[in-house]
Amino acid sequence: MEYQIEENSLTIFLPAELDHCNAEQVRKRADMLIEHNHIKYVIFDFANTNFMDSSGIGVLMGRYKLVYLVGGEVWAVNANERIRKILKMSGVTKIIQMFEEEKQ
Amino acid sequence: MKNTNEMELVFDSRPVNEGFARVSVAAFMTQLNPTLEEVSDVKTAVSEAVTNALIHGYDGKVKKIMIRCWIEGQTLYVEIRDEGKGIENVEKAMEPLFTTRPELDRSGMGFAFMEAFMDNVYVESELGKGTLVRMKKTIGKGRELWTTQSL
Repeated sequence: MEYQIEENSLTIFLPAELDHCNAEQVRKRADMLIEHNHIKYVIFDFANTNFMDSSGIGVLMGRYKLVYLVGGEVWAVNANERIRKILKMSGVTKIIQMFEEEKQ
Repeated sequence: MKNTNEMELVFDSRPVNEGFARVSVAAFMTQLNPTLEEVSDVKTAVSEAVTNALIHGYDGKVKKIMIRCWIEGQTLYVEIRDEGKGIENVEKAMEPLFTTRPELDRSGMGFAFMEAFMDNVYVESELGKGTLVRMKKTIGKGRELWTTQSL
């Protein structure tokens, strides 16, 4: 799993498909990194992701539960139209931050 | 003679096969000339049902998951079946956000997603015997309208 840590910020570059199978791997790796590096801000980068089901929602929600206790935040960035639709449908956008690039 | 086209798949309930299941159903429905969005919708619904069979039906054990698809006209039917532990209360299970496995980071939205992306979802289950999820989606509805308007 590709990731990047800057101070207390963890950016996870999600795979092309975020289903139950991949979500498990992301979850385990992320939790290890969050604990080990005292991560407060988790950024999920969806740039490479073209498929997501409710397992992906579970990963976002689960990480939020971890970091909100320390006043942290979860972000979803670079999500394409389909992914944004799924994020909005699930209501998870009420608790996580989204960042959308301005298209020119 | 029935005017249907059918396929049946049996595979191990391993997470690594979730992608295979999605792509198989997507490939089968190609003959209906779906839009990319329709394919994505069906793939997502199949993913949810297969994940449910794996995590809940079989509690992660390796058994067999059965997928049966058939086409009637422009309608795709997808049936996903397991011979696992069954659902105690189907109505409760289909409530959004309800999950029996919160410790696994389950969002409880599997059925909600299936119902959002397919026209219809029907669930049959018996404790100790297994669960059957039957979904259907009529393909090309949106496009038909567009053709009419453009004339």
